[in-house]
Amino acid sequence: MSLYVVQFLTGLANAASLFLAACGLSVIFGVTRIVNFAHGAFYMLGAYVAFSLTLRLEGVVGFWAGIFLAAIIVAAIGALLEMLLLRRIYQAPELFQLLATFGVTLMVQDIVHMIWGAQDLVGPRAPGLQGAVQVMGLPVPTYDILLIILGPLVLGALWLLMHRTRWGVLVRAATEDRDMVAALGVNQKWLFTGVFTLGIFLAAFGGALQIPRTAVNHLMDLSIIAEVFVVVVIGGLGSITGAFLAAVLIAELNAFGILVLPGISLVLMFLVMAVVLVLRPWGFLGKPVSTDAKTIGETTRPWHPWSPTMAVLVAASVLLAAALPAVLGPYGLSIGAQILIAVIFAMSLQFQMSTGGLDSFGHAAYFGLGAYGAAFAIQWFQLPMELALIVGPLAGLVGALVFGWFCVRLSGVYFAMLTLAFAQITWSIAFQWVEVTGGDNGILGVWPSEWASSPAAFYWLTLAAAVLTVLILRHLVFSPFGYRLRGVRDSSVRAESIGISRQRTQYVAFAISGTAAGLAGALFAFLKGSIFPDALAIPTSIDALVMVLLGGVATVSGSVVGAIVYTMATIWLMSETDLSRLVLGGFIVFLVVAFPQGIVGSLSSFTSGSLERWRGRREASRPVALSAEASR
Amino acid sequence: MSAAIKLDVGKLNSFYSPAQILFDVGFTVGSGEVVALLGRNGAGKSTTFKSLVGLVGRREGEIRFEGEEISRLPTYEIARRGLGYVPEDRRVFGELTVEENLEVGRQPPRDGVTTWTPERLYELFPNLAEMRKRPGGQMSGGEQQMLTISRTLMGNPSLVLLDEPSEGLAPKIIEQMADAILKMKKEGLGILLSEQNLHFARLISDRAYILEKGRIRFSGTIAELEANEAVRNQYLAV
Repeated sequence: MSLYVVQFLTGLANAASLFLAACGLSVIFGVTRIVNFAHGAFYMLGAYVAFSLTLRLEGVVGFWAGIFLAAIIVAAIGALLEMLLLRRIYQAPELFQLLATFGVTLMVQDIVHMIWGAQDLVGPRAPGLQGAVQVMGLPVPTYDILLIILGPLVLGALWLLMHRTRWGVLVRAATEDRDMVAALGVNQKWLFTGVFTLGIFLAAFGGALQIPRTAVNHLMDLSIIAEVFVVVVIGGLGSITGAFLAAVLIAELNAFGILVLPGISLVLMFLVMAVVLVLRPWGFLGKPVSTDAKTIGETTRPWHPWSPTMAVLVAASVLLAAALPAVLGPYGLSIGAQILIAVIFAMSLQFQMSTGGLDSFGHAAYFGLGAYGAAFAIQWFQLPMELALIVGPLAGLVGALVFGWFCVRLSGVYFAMLTLAFAQITWSIAFQWVEVTGGDNGILGVWPSEWASSPAAFYWLTLAAAVLTVLILRHLVFSPFGYRLRGVRDSSVRAESIGISRQRTQYVAFAISGTAAGLAGALFAFLKGSIFPDALAIPTSIDALVMVLLGGVATVSGSVVGAIVYTMATIWLMSETDLSRLVLGGFIVFLVVAFPQGIVGSLSSFTSGSLERWRGRREASRPVALSAEASR
Repeated sequence: MSAAIKLDVGKLNSFYSPAQILFDVGFTVGSGEVVALLGRNGAGKSTTFKSLVGLVGRREGEIRFEGEEISRLPTYEIARRGLGYVPEDRRVFGELTVEENLEVGRQPPRDGVTTWTPERLYELFPNLAEMRKRPGGQMSGGEQQMLTISRTLMGNPSLVLLDEPSEGLAPKIIEQMADAILKMKKEGLGILLSEQNLHFARLISDRAYILEKGRIRFSGTIAELEANEAVRNQYLAV
């Protein structure tokens, strides 16, 4: 019995930092509508800065001054980020905001590496709180008791701030209706900066509070962000109390899960999240968000199948690609195959994003499942490559069917966060279930069949797979199913009113997309001859997103171009610099700010714009049927 | 027509992305004057109001408020200069109490303009006084309409844009609303209101403009509009 009580207290103590980080993210989202991916990076920065400060400042006062000062310094950096970057992208689609803040996360990783080095750092214990208190005969660290008290204290302080100050009332009003607050004479700019700074302060404070408990390390940012996303999705975006309840729930699940069976905590977390989302799709205390595309009323150029000239051009490029083994050596061909796999992966994401309107932030899950599926087929069942290449996509399909069942119940940022959480769970399983997946050592010896083992043969195999995938997905876009999918994307209400189920249509699209991603993953495993948990990690999901973004979200198959450019650029970048994350992060941020429509998208809107000027047509004089939404 | 022109709008064109909603709209409102902007559903009345306070995607033309060009100012700056906006769909903050809703609207007192306090507004709308702690989301449509007007008045505006204040209200509440608007007028406030309900507009307005398909089709006093049945039939009859 006493063991359970102590474990319960440990869970409560763990909940404190999780709550601080999660409510910061929640408050920021409530007002600015930005899901701040960089939140984990600021949490980690808080811990690192606190480590450096508490080493220098002595005694009880020094320790706590160090913790607070760290949170304040990091909050100031956050304010700067808000003013320099976020202000430029508030109007951009949420996907771009997530990407830009992820870019910041990448940059922070390299900066932290440069300043503090690669090793884990053990900070000082809190002076006066090093001991333990006896609870029912078992020791509980005194510092944990402090954290347990701190959580509700912060919750209370935030409640007072939000309900008893004018600033708090304005923040709550802006959470409901930003434009109306502006129309009442409130300068939103500073309200946004203030809210963002507060949110970052809370995250950094949460990170700083961890230094007496755990070693400061480089994985803090991504591990906390996945948990924070789960907490926020369960608690309801924008709700502070919801974040508190969910943080306690998740932390307790982890605490008791470890007690029952180490490793099962992840499955528990997954199950609880699933149950909550089925019962309350917007979390404990969240509010429903509209599922419709925001761009309604704006006209985009209608998509159309290839013109004869375009078809000839495409056929010519495919022939050209097929002729490459005549000029390229083994290394060139392996890069070629890698690019083609990226094309399949990017196209699979583009299909669900552009046509389906489903912005997935965890597409790596299906890529990784495909890769592990193929590797299992080889290693455990001694199947030949041909069958393994079928098992891989099937694994992607099954994963998409299981995860998609939950995901398609949500939309927008909730959808994005949930897909990311599922991908993280898959990654954790691959990482922790060493007996089956080999953990960090991966699975080796995944080699292709005899006939496909030469670089040229394997290259042709991937080329055939890539061409087929692109053609099939394009065909789907212009099929009746594609029309239905675009219909529910643009207006689920109208689509439902003519008998099309949004959830079912998107579920099918999600499954198709997962299958194609699985194919890419399976080919990838055979290309490398091995597979590691990295294939399932967040950066893999981001790679796919950047490829789609580069190609243009508003295109049918721009990601083919995006995948080619991006894969070549990153391979080159890795060979040129040690600070690849800093450069890549900066590049992503630049992309979002400079080309919010993607490169192909920006190009085509530029050319169609100049075409119209050339024809002497004025944008304003174009007759456009107005939707009801636009005239409101 | 009043001597001092408070709001002077000329050649206003507004767009929702590629679609143009307003075409060369022009009108004036004098200080202390009540002017009605009439027109059928979809004529562009709400868009006109949103354009004035900068809540429309793109707008071109001149908007002079108290002699100064405001069409390039951000929304909050326009509000701070004393141009109050009461939206058609009320947009009460549902999670905030009546008192908190009023607090959001509060701005410092302005020279030469009535300074409103919650207490004075509770006198204007006695219903609100009984529900100071009630969340805006739990009020009836009429009460929300009173709250949204009060909230805008907390900014001590010199001119108020009222977008369809009578829409969806019971006849008895409409009478109360007309009384309140006349009291606001007595305080020296200029008011531009949009209406589909000619009867309501007639009770309180000095002058009227008629908007149809984004263009001004008629301008005159209420008496002139009363006399001109052809115009009423063409642009207002449903």
